[in-house]
Amino acid sequence: MATSHGTPPVFNNKVIAWIDHRLPVFSYLEKEYHTFPTPRNFNYFWNFGAIATVMLVLMIATGVVLATNYQPNVLMAFDAVERIDRDVPQGWLIRDLHMNGASFFFIAVYIHIFRGLYYGSYKAPRELLWILGVVIFLLMMATAFMGYVLPWGQMSFWGATVITNLFSAIPVIGQSIVDWLWGGFSVDNATLNRFFAFHYLLPFVIVAVVALHVVALHIHGSNNPLGIDPKGPQDTVPFHPYYTMKDGFGVVVFLIIYAGFAFFAPDYMGHPDNYIPANPLVTPEHIVPEWYFLPFYAILRAVPDKLGGVIAMFGAIGVLFILPWLDTSRVRSATFRPIYKWFVLLLVVDVIVLGFCGAHPPEGFWVPLAQIGTIYYFFHFLILLPILGKIERPLPLPPSIADAVLKKAG
Amino acid sequence: MRKYYVSAAVAAAALCAGALGVAAESVSNFDNEYALPTREWHFQGPFGTYDRAAAQRGYQVYAEVCSACHSMSLLYYRNLMELGLTENQVKDLIKDIQVPDLSDDGQPIDRPAKLSDHFKKPFPNALAAAAANNGKAPPDLSVIVKARAGGPNYIYGLLTGYVPYDELKPEQIKAFDVSKDDNFNKYFPGHKIGMAPPLSDDKVQYADGTKATLDQEAHDVTEFLAWASEPHMEDRKRTGIRVILFLLALAGMMYAVKRAVWSDKH
Repeated sequence: MATSHGTPPVFNNKVIAWIDHRLPVFSYLEKEYHTFPTPRNFNYFWNFGAIATVMLVLMIATGVVLATNYQPNVLMAFDAVERIDRDVPQGWLIRDLHMNGASFFFIAVYIHIFRGLYYGSYKAPRELLWILGVVIFLLMMATAFMGYVLPWGQMSFWGATVITNLFSAIPVIGQSIVDWLWGGFSVDNATLNRFFAFHYLLPFVIVAVVALHVVALHIHGSNNPLGIDPKGPQDTVPFHPYYTMKDGFGVVVFLIIYAGFAFFAPDYMGHPDNYIPANPLVTPEHIVPEWYFLPFYAILRAVPDKLGGVIAMFGAIGVLFILPWLDTSRVRSATFRPIYKWFVLLLVVDVIVLGFCGAHPPEGFWVPLAQIGTIYYFFHFLILLPILGKIERPLPLPPSIADAVLKKAG
Repeated sequence: MRKYYVSAAVAAAALCAGALGVAAESVSNFDNEYALPTREWHFQGPFGTYDRAAAQRGYQVYAEVCSACHSMSLLYYRNLMELGLTENQVKDLIKDIQVPDLSDDGQPIDRPAKLSDHFKKPFPNALAAAAANNGKAPPDLSVIVKARAGGPNYIYGLLTGYVPYDELKPEQIKAFDVSKDDNFNKYFPGHKIGMAPPLSDDKVQYADGTKATLDQEAHDVTEFLAWASEPHMEDRKRTGIRVILFLLALAGMMYAVKRAVWSDKH
């Protein structure tokens, strides 16, 4: 039903009608963002797609301005970032928004991913939509990692060294790959220069994949908290003004929290060592990545073998690609899955625990804790989900969205 | 519907709290049997500003003591005007400073410092700095308050946290392998620090009559270094308050409109 949007709109404005007759951008907007039939029962979790989009635009806008003032050279990069902070008019503002924006982009995307997991948004017919989302997530991680290298502080340098060195675990060709990534025999000027180039390039690749993500979304329309398909007009509302307003409100609330950090605790999510200029001769006591990588960093270190750790870390994201086929339950929303509901929340706890493990040096009880967390992570996806779909007895689904909504409203 | 909102809020809060907790953990994880002092700083809190008088005194401590070994390469002398000094006062402060330059015919010369000069470095390069300091160059202090876990409390603690050798407990001497020539500092990671105690009572003489105790000097120079690390902090907070007030008002309006739009659907 979402694919048939009714008759094309008629535009009274002659200029718009003229353009639209030749390039139907206005029809497209009308169809996809105005009359687009959207389930009427979204909760606020459905805001996070819009929020992530806003953050992406904000990151590109601030990033372009930063790039005009940055120097991708090992002798100048650290001072160039400080110069932006100190001497470029409003440079501190742009940089604060950019570095905290990265964290808040990840917060938005993590909540967005959780939404997908909880409400089964990855299930048929939205498998490709989900997979494109995982591709965006991977691209974001690559972009954020390279962006963190650019200020050329101690964590920049050593983070880059640790992460690029992971590829050396690959048998036979590993070291050649690492040298190729570095453009030399250590993380140095060539590395910084190319990371800057890719850090500028990848966000536009993300924009392209986001476009595909949205196209795929608009084929079958959004999932919803009940996980049942809309059966007719009584189950949907036009996207505008209903969800433009609701998303707009959610975006502003999110921006308030973001502004709270950007303006009042701009370095809270960062690491003090990154205000020490990179020094290849001095290794920081504990090398930790940015917080949004910590669960994956914990998985990497949980495996005693280097290659095994690398495989586990990439596997932790790789498993998301096949999630639509691992979950054998036909019921989407966890609301109607009495057992899955608890396990998906347990997965969230597991990932947060892994995050703490990643933040601590791998000693004492953090090691077994990270190992248990890692085992549970893979257990959840590879064993629990396929079995659970077979043995769980889902609760009865409501006959329609309208029925459920109106019953609740009394 | 209400149940969804509540569960959404709880889950989002849990996610954020988890994330922030992780971030907080990651900066505060070094073991130390001495907890850092927690002082009241004039610049802390959402409305905090720099104490100009303390920062000016702090510059005096830097100029007369710290600058013998520590550079502050990111600062210009003109920046001192942001501490409430007039142009002539700053010119007066730097009138005796000679900085290296090239003459018109390309010969290295020393000339009087100008407002547009960077703070003069104590050593011509990192090698010279290391050679003069037992092989390790003293760190640049431009962003030192942001570059240490604990920030101003760490800097203040470090400057006041020296323990003379004969006041150490035998088990401390053993555990940290301290000799009579080492400097033991309560807050320095590993406790053995290359820098001899830099400040002491009456190390400087303040022009404004403030008594120059060790505590006062450490406090003042920390205030100065905090300003140097983030000279735009007051601007940031002022802007933040305006931004958040604007967003709160906007959120209220958005919510009202959203309610009105949805009123026929509930």
